[in-house]
Amino acid sequence: MAYKEIRTMLRRNLREYAMYIALVAIMIIFSIFTNGNFISSRNIANLLNQTGYIAVLAVGMTLIIVIRHIDLSVGFLAGFLGAVAAVLMTQVHLNAWLTILLVLVLGAAAGFVTGAPVATLGIPAFVSSLAGWLIYRGALMLTTAATGTIIVPNEDFNALGNGYIPELFPLDNVLPGLHKTTILIGLITIIVMVVSQFMDRKRKQQYHFDVLSMPMFILKLVLLSLVIAYITWILAGYNGLSWTFVIMMIVVFVYDFLARKTVLGRHIFAVGGNPEAAELSGINVKKITLFVFASMGLLSALAGILFTARLKSATPQAGTLFELDAIAACYIGGVSAAGGIGSITGSLIGALVYMSLMNGMNLMGTDISLQYIIRGLVLVGAVIFDVTSRKRKA
Amino acid sequence: MSEYILEMQHITKTFPGVRALSDVTFSVKKGEIHCLVGENGAGKSTLMKILSGVYPHHEFEGKILFDGKEVKFNGIHDSEEVGIGIIYQELALVPEMMVYENVLLGHEIRRGLTIDIHEMIKETEQLLERVHLKVNPTTKIKDLGIGKQQLVEIAKALSKNVKLLILDEPTAALNEDDCENLLNIIRELKSQGVTCIMISHKLKEVLSIADTITVLRDGKTICTMDREKDKVNEQVLIKHMVGRSIENIYPKRNSRIWDDVVIEVKNWTAFDPKLGRNVLKDVNFKIRRGEIVGLAGLMGSGRTELARSLFGNPDGYEISGELIFKGKNQRFNHPSEAIAAGLAYASEDRKRNGLVLIQPIKTNITMANLGEVATKQGVIIDEKEIQVASQYVKDMTIKTPSIQQLVLNLSGGNQQKVSVSKWLFAKPDLLILDEPTRGIDVGAKYEIYTLMNELVARGMSILMISSELPEVLGMSDRVYVVANGHIKGELPISEATQERVMELATQY
Repeated sequence: MAYKEIRTMLRRNLREYAMYIALVAIMIIFSIFTNGNFISSRNIANLLNQTGYIAVLAVGMTLIIVIRHIDLSVGFLAGFLGAVAAVLMTQVHLNAWLTILLVLVLGAAAGFVTGAPVATLGIPAFVSSLAGWLIYRGALMLTTAATGTIIVPNEDFNALGNGYIPELFPLDNVLPGLHKTTILIGLITIIVMVVSQFMDRKRKQQYHFDVLSMPMFILKLVLLSLVIAYITWILAGYNGLSWTFVIMMIVVFVYDFLARKTVLGRHIFAVGGNPEAAELSGINVKKITLFVFASMGLLSALAGILFTARLKSATPQAGTLFELDAIAACYIGGVSAAGGIGSITGSLIGALVYMSLMNGMNLMGTDISLQYIIRGLVLVGAVIFDVTSRKRKA
Repeated sequence: MSEYILEMQHITKTFPGVRALSDVTFSVKKGEIHCLVGENGAGKSTLMKILSGVYPHHEFEGKILFDGKEVKFNGIHDSEEVGIGIIYQELALVPEMMVYENVLLGHEIRRGLTIDIHEMIKETEQLLERVHLKVNPTTKIKDLGIGKQQLVEIAKALSKNVKLLILDEPTAALNEDDCENLLNIIRELKSQGVTCIMISHKLKEVLSIADTITVLRDGKTICTMDREKDKVNEQVLIKHMVGRSIENIYPKRNSRIWDDVVIEVKNWTAFDPKLGRNVLKDVNFKIRRGEIVGLAGLMGSGRTELARSLFGNPDGYEISGELIFKGKNQRFNHPSEAIAAGLAYASEDRKRNGLVLIQPIKTNITMANLGEVATKQGVIIDEKEIQVASQYVKDMTIKTPSIQQLVLNLSGGNQQKVSVSKWLFAKPDLLILDEPTRGIDVGAKYEIYTLMNELVARGMSILMISSELPEVLGMSDRVYVVANGHIKGELPISEATQERVMELATQY
């Protein structure tokens, strides 16, 4: 009975589960090949910090691809805005928070500008954002031309890329060596998750939707809780949650909510699914397009801030190829190139898979040329799997 | 040699969970026109896909004899090889390429390494001659009307020396003139020895052209009749198709019409900057509350353009004139404004611009009025949305296992019901239905008509655009006839006859 249910469950949600399975498989394989270095607290913390700025970009890119567009400009826009932030702090002497606010606004404006010709004139986004790619690359070089790499001395700012949340319970005798605030947050997350899952299940039953049987449902909750607990434990063993991780999770949470639960999100997916039908249903396709591009710009700015903070400096090469990493993460995460299909959490997992590969291969000392080839194979393999498993379902 | 060119014997085809065809036998005599009729989902298209090799021979049970020999197709190429050509409802032409390139696509005439354009044009001219199409072979497909495109498709099939031509609803998108023309061409092909299988929902047409008629229902052959010998008429066909007799195709309506005018349009002129000409000229009309008004006219006469110009003008026409809606002089600059004011427009091509096929029924139904099931802050309330969607699925008898079913998995009739539900949920005062019954079966049509009657009885007004004259005449209280962007006439239903409408519609 239970076995049969697992099988139908797996088959029905093959492609969703496949991504998680792939992620776990990659982690296990790398852990074996690196004698456990990969799974060490230090490396996992590092991996999540590395994933941060790509995941943030991938979240924005998901919506862009869902509405059938692309944005190539985001990498150098992130790099350029990171440099702007550095200049604002070192030369204009603004404080960190004002700088961040200003840069975010600039990012949204830049995204709006990239989207404007797409939304109003029907210029292909590829062209419009390729122009942005060139322009922001030039702008980045210009900004860093006089000084070369700009060192950012601001500790508050740099904490976003390197810092960890403070320990609220500095008790040496309780759980020594573990970050207690992180453990508390982990516990709260598990409780919130379990309660909301139960409520969701109850509601679905009310409307006679298919739900898992009770034992399977419990099994799923236990597994999920174990995963969260394990990650919490690993992170608590190092410095606790990093600010980058916290910011990434907030972005994912907000955008996932927006995509699935709000009118705006529904409109975005309607535009992606059938723009003509959406327009005739009273959805303003132009406004939606502008919004999605502006949000992409905002997230590019955030990615730029995270990256600059991580390096504690703005370099002339910052942001190179970020856009392609973000796009790859989206495709690995199951966003359909034809538009209308994709999820924020999927793209987050896509980004994790992609960055785990890079991180793991780096630890193993794999030659960089080989790394690119393997990343390419994984990307195309994931998309082939996605397309064929979708077909089988239909 | 047998008298049959095609014998399909004991064909059974199952899809996961569904038996699409069970033990179907279907035989076509040499040189005849054989019509295949049946409701949507009866298995007509599946049968034709088996015949043309779309479903390879190992995917179904049964035997196909062509010209007396058993054939086993692995793909369309194999069926083309023996002389079977199929023309789908959705034409397979490349709009940006010229007529001759399309006609000989995949069969280009070569001279050495290059394409022999001269020879190809000559060949195409001969083929166009056979279908009486007088166009320059170097015209681009996109510059031809749909009727002419259909003929190009037939020429394309003829270029492959087709012996058996299958036409899947060839006249669904054509106006009356083009229909008649096409039927004549088919008759002529018959005299040249080409056998035709035609799938059609238009029973009049079937009765005028068929030598033999086969009815499918629920994946089974119900009967094969000789039109003349068996004295087939419409009632007989409908009875076989639905398995019961429908007394009246158009349900009676005894509801009142209010005096107040819902919409009045004065001197409405629309200039299309893309075409560089006026698509509507000086249009005047009005609709009262509780009234069904028919808008008749040929394809391209300006019917759809009129609806879209009123409904927020998504095509960006430059408009002059007055629109008085619910007593207020207004102009809608986006469909959202029109919807908010109480106007709804269910578009003619539900797949292309009516529904989001890759999304579930639920999402499609609430799409045009999502605010209604959301909080002020724009967060969707799941419970409310599910309730609304379930209610419409129940009221409209949409056949589906769940409101989470993707719309692309529904039949045409059920898709249309989803589309109508979407607009009803927007709570309009005036509902414009553009070809509401195109491509849906008799039973579903009847349900749509009944629904229209219920709606006007509740005080809604309906403007129905339709190419099917009997439908316009059967359902409307009043009829406007459009031709060439003008309203050519207004007919009370008592004076409206098919002849009178066609007379007005063909005035230029």
